[in-house]
Order: sequence, then C-alpha cells, then structure tokens
Amino acid sequence: MADLSVKVAGVSFHNPLIAASGTFGFGREYREFYPLSVLGGISCKGITLQERPGNPPPRIAETPSGMLNAVGLQNPGVDHFIEKDLPWLQQQGTRIIANIAGNTVEDYCAMAEKLSDTPVDMIELNISCPNVKQGGVQFGTTCEGVGGITGAVRRVCRKPLMVKLSPNVTDIGEMAAAAEAAGADAVSLINTLTGMRIDIRTRRPIIHNNTGGLSGPAVFPVAVRMVWQAASRVKIPVVGLGGIATWQDAVEMMLAGASALQIGTVLFTDPMAPVKITEGMNRFLDEQGIHSVTELTGAVRAW
Amino acid sequence: MSYQLENGTLLRAAELTPGVFDWTLSAPQIAAKARPGQFVNVQVPGKTLRRPISLCGFDASAGTLRLVFQIRGEGTAILASLPEGTTLSLLGPLGNGFPPPEAGKNVLFVGGGIGVPPLLQAAKGAGENALVCLGFRTASAVILKQDFEANGNRVYLATDDGTAGHHGFAADCARALSFAAAYACGPAPMLRAVKELCRERNVPCWLSLEERMACGIGACLGCATPLLREDGSVYYGHVCKDGPVFDAEKVNL
Repeated sequence: MADLSVKVAGVSFHNPLIAASGTFGFGREYREFYPLSVLGGISCKGITLQERPGNPPPRIAETPSGMLNAVGLQNPGVDHFIEKDLPWLQQQGTRIIANIAGNTVEDYCAMAEKLSDTPVDMIELNISCPNVKQGGVQFGTTCEGVGGITGAVRRVCRKPLMVKLSPNVTDIGEMAAAAEAAGADAVSLINTLTGMRIDIRTRRPIIHNNTGGLSGPAVFPVAVRMVWQAASRVKIPVVGLGGIATWQDAVEMMLAGASALQIGTVLFTDPMAPVKITEGMNRFLDEQGIHSVTELTGAVRAW
Repeated sequence: MSYQLENGTLLRAAELTPGVFDWTLSAPQIAAKARPGQFVNVQVPGKTLRRPISLCGFDASAGTLRLVFQIRGEGTAILASLPEGTTLSLLGPLGNGFPPPEAGKNVLFVGGGIGVPPLLQAAKGAGENALVCLGFRTASAVILKQDFEANGNRVYLATDDGTAGHHGFAADCARALSFAAAYACGPAPMLRAVKELCRERNVPCWLSLEERMACGIGACLGCATPLLREDGSVYYGHVCKDGPVFDAEKVNL
C-alpha cells in the first residue's frame, strides 16, 4: 500500500481527498454511509458572520455532465458552527476546514479571528461564490481584490489560510499569484463556473437566481487546465477541485499540479465516491510502483 | 436517519398510461425500513443527479419497492427506457413520510396526477376509513384507482374535462366528506384547496411536496421550500430532510 498522506500549508491529511464546501454540509448526513475518516478532510458548508436564509427555489438544475446550483450560502452563521457543528466534527478523525464567505472585509476578518481560537485545522477564504451578490465574489475576480482581502484576513488569521479562487477570470495564474503575494498558505480551485439554463416552454430560467454555478464532470478539463496554470505560477500548494468523479480524475488532477483534492458533485451521483477513489488511487500507485501519492503532484510531462 | 445505498433490481416494468411507468424493484434492505410517504433517490445511468421518486408501495416480506413515476425530462425518460433485470443504485428510504392515520377515524386522501402514487401505501392500512379523492386531467390519465379500491378504500374520482367521475377538481369531492385528518399530494392549487378545507374543518392536514433535488439527504440544501415559523416569518426548509411531508400550517403555499 502506497502512502496516501499529503501535507498542505503545514497541515497533514491522511489522504488527499477533501469534501468540497457546499456539497457535504457539516458532515452528519454522510456519516450514515461511512466514518468520515475515509476523507483526508472536510471543507464545511460556507459560513457567514450572520445566519443566511439562502436563495428562493428552484436552486438546482441538471446540465450535460453536470449541474447548476444557486443555494446562496444558506447557513446558520459562524457562531452556530463553532458551538454546534465543530465539536462533533472534531471527533470524526478527519481535518476540518472552515469555509468562510462575507460581504465586507470586516466580515471576513471577524470570522477569521473567531475561528482562530477554535480547533479548525485551516480556513478557506471563499471569494468565489457566484450565487450571492455580496458573497465575496466581488473580491475574487481582480488581482487587487484577491490581494486586498487575502492580506486583510492574513493579518488577523492565526490558522493556515487557503484562498478559494473563482474560475470566472481571464488569468487564473494572476489570481493565484495575488493570493500568494498577500500571504495565502495555499489556494484551492476551481469554484463553479457561472452558467444558465432556460425552460423553453415557460421561458423562465430553471434556477430562480437566473444564473448558477456549474459543477460536475463538465468542468473537469477546465479545472485541470487552471490547476496546471496556477501550480506553474505559485510556490504555495494548490488544492485541485472541479468535476473529479473517478480515481483516474484524481490522479490526473494531481499530475496537473494539485497537492490535495476536493470532491463535491460526484457525492450526489455516488455517496461512496470517496471510498472508491482512494481505493483506485491506492491500486494505481501500487501498480506503478509509486510509494507516495505526493510524487504525482505536478508530474505532468507537458509538451 | 436510517437510509442506505442498495442496488435494486428492476423486476417488473409496465406503462400504466402514456408516459407513466410502474416499477417493482427488489430492494429488501430499503423495503424493510420504508414508511409510507418516503422516497428513494434513484441513480440514472449517464446522469449526474439522482431522481427522487416517492414510494408508491413497499413489501418488507417480499423485499420489494413499487415506484410509479412520470416522464418529466431527460432523467425520467432514461429510467423509463430501462429493461427489466436492470440493476440500479437506490438511496433510501429518505424523508419523513406520512404520520400513521389514527385508527377507526375517517382520513381524507387527495391526490392529483403523478401526486397520487405516494398516497397509496398510506391509505393501505386504513381500509374503508380512507376517503380517497383522485384528480386527473382526463379519463385516459387515470392511474391506481383499482389499487385504492383493492385496499378497501372509498374512492372519489374527478377529471378536469369531465370524461370520468366528477367534472372538476379532486378537492371539490372532498367538500362533501367528513374526516378527522387529511393527506394530500399534487399541484399547488390542489394543495392550497385542501389546506383551506382543513382549516375550515379544523383538522390536521399533511402535504407531500416536491422540489428539484441533488443529495437527497439534507447536505446540499438544494431542495429548498418556503416554510412558516410560529411568528409567521418565512424560512427555507428542505424537502428531502424536513419533508417531503409537511404540516400544511407550516407550508407557505
């Protein structure tokens, strides 16, 4: 058996699979299928300073090889997370990443400060939610925005800080570099791509928010390309996500430059995906005579 | 919570009326735990999202589930095309289900179109105490009437065009009846009418809702539905976890 453990920003994960924020709640629902320690970590549902009601339904639409969502950051607020969810999560034998989203720099800083005094292992700065007007994406699509918010949070954050990048930009490498320069310990990418579906009979967008975030296998090649570009640009670790559905995808994403991975939409197709992906990676590494999964990171032989 | 994944085998598939399919699946573990009004999230070959389908029936001793569904889009069209013998990943039983009817008291069931199947199993044990009002567009769209009759239920039929039973809505049939509680599943105007009737009679009313869904277990928060707090303010609950059956007084219809 190969060594599946990885280290990102000083935090060790016993395997490279992390549940992606927004697809896994705070973990309780998936505990019915397996111990959460099958995952290296969990990036919790995006939390905000105050409780948020979320967007009106419909929030979901299927698309070719993927889906759109516009949940709109429905969450019980950071204090509820710290009091009610975190104590349970801590006992699950997996790393806990708090994903935070906000409206203002002050919101992000207040949450980062609060969470710095808790046992969370890492903070993921969500500046890329496409479904909320003031959910942070205003910071996420320019280098100045990314650098500004990352620097401000960095000054108050006493946890490893990962910045989750939006793919809805011209040059992802620039964004990753801006996060790195402002003190990020890691970047994760990609969040969803903004998309839209319309019902041709009612002429209504299927999603009440009109637009939503596209995820699933449809975005995988875009994610691989962006992870490759970002990893080529920065020295900090890149956590790769976007449409990973099989162990082959997981290997491919690591070859592109990912130090760890997040999986999300595939959980809706098959809740057992984390187990199947880690088993498949293990077999592949053994077959290839690779001792540590870290040897895959960035090992693409680009033309 | 007590849902699980189980590979179900499609034992029998029939088309009840054009576009409406009647499946019997072997899925003994889910069948053993199921309650009336719950649903399963069915993996669709080649699709990202599963499709939530209500249990029309289940038989713990036979280890079978009955699903009656309508082709609504690409996913259900793929399901409808699957031959007997196909194995499908099922996630269930999901949701809360209907509260068991009080023995010896008349209970009203109101179903419209593809909202009818979820009521069948709940009405099963109630025999002639179940007053079942079924509404369809037209006579050729009627499904499951004989199944309710086989339960020993009293069935009242309505069609929009008057080609079978009462010319009008299923909820109209309910007005003439006396009952201690009501269960309903169907289009929003029907649910509103049943809720209003139950308010007038001051009896409990349970509505089964649907919404576009992803995880089916309460993690993704996709299947939001507006609900009312005690103080009348609105918040978003979730059909998969908080429902699909809701107290009508808490639903913001």
